[in-house]
Amino acid sequence: MTEDESELMNVAPGEPHDSLMSETLSYVVGLGFALILTGVSFWVASTSALWGPGVAVGLVVLAIAQMGVHLVFFLHITSGPDNTNNVLALAFGVLIVFLVMIGTIWIMAHMNYNMGPSPEMMNLQMQR
Amino acid sequence: MTATEAAAIGLTHAGSEDTGLGNRGPQSKSIVVPYGFWLFVLSDIVLFSALFATYAALSHATDGGPTSKQLFDRNLVAVETMALLLSSFVCGLAIIAAKRRNMLWTQAWLFVTGLLGLVFLAIELSEFAHMISIGAGPQRSAFLSSFFTLVGCHGAHVTAGLLWIGTMMAQIWAKGFDRAHVIRRLLCLSIFWHALDIIWVAIFTIVYLIGTLP
Repeated sequence: MTEDESELMNVAPGEPHDSLMSETLSYVVGLGFALILTGVSFWVASTSALWGPGVAVGLVVLAIAQMGVHLVFFLHITSGPDNTNNVLALAFGVLIVFLVMIGTIWIMAHMNYNMGPSPEMMNLQMQR
Repeated sequence: MTATEAAAIGLTHAGSEDTGLGNRGPQSKSIVVPYGFWLFVLSDIVLFSALFATYAALSHATDGGPTSKQLFDRNLVAVETMALLLSSFVCGLAIIAAKRRNMLWTQAWLFVTGLLGLVFLAIELSEFAHMISIGAGPQRSAFLSSFFTLVGCHGAHVTAGLLWIGTMMAQIWAKGFDRAHVIRRLLCLSIFWHALDIIWVAIFTIVYLIGTLP
């Protein structure tokens, strides 16, 4: 391998692979996991065999698992030394995403509850 | 301050071995450029999280109009999901071929990547056109406004990705694999394309599957 080639192989986010087979295999394995998780998601959503209220939570868990598969097998986020910065940035991104999403859903649910019209407000004739 | 003084008080570790950090200089461009692009992609994901939060807060604000259960077709979404997932996979194969400087396979895989992306986009646009034609356009209700913003933003990203794929095919065709910056652009494209698939996983789960639960 020439110096230039090893430079090309040494990429981040990405893990250096030596052989064509092992590198392709990583993508095939990732595709297999992603297909299984997608299939399970669609099955879970359409079956009536599962406890209804738990289905939405199960779907979110499956989605997070599939995102993990994509990160590891397609984007090659690893624990290698070249990847420390990528992992730290990802962790910060995930923190912000969860703050924005859970914070919004939580606060807006309470706003809906607290800001709904009260019985006195509904009776407009009582207002001066 | 002279260079030797700076080295002595630890402001630089050029040529010194006793910094406790090893003898490291700046990382090579093949590390730094994808890292910077990864930061952009993460900020893009944060942008999408705001759109997801908006959708979650407004998904029941239908104003008496059509609801998600009436509008969404799961079979269509399954086909879209397949197209985008396979596209992401084939994009990885294109990178593998490009690392080995195989012009034919790089171009072929990139073409298939773009083609599958185009299939995805065509299905999405026909879905949008159908919804607008039955009066379920973005101006109908807050739910539909947030739906079109979220899914449309993803579609716009896919469109940009398709243009980028075409550009990279032309660049590699014209310039070959000898220029490191062209290869780095290709790597950034693959990061972008894989990230779009990750966002689509969240969309088909939250919008289409949870939105059509019985």
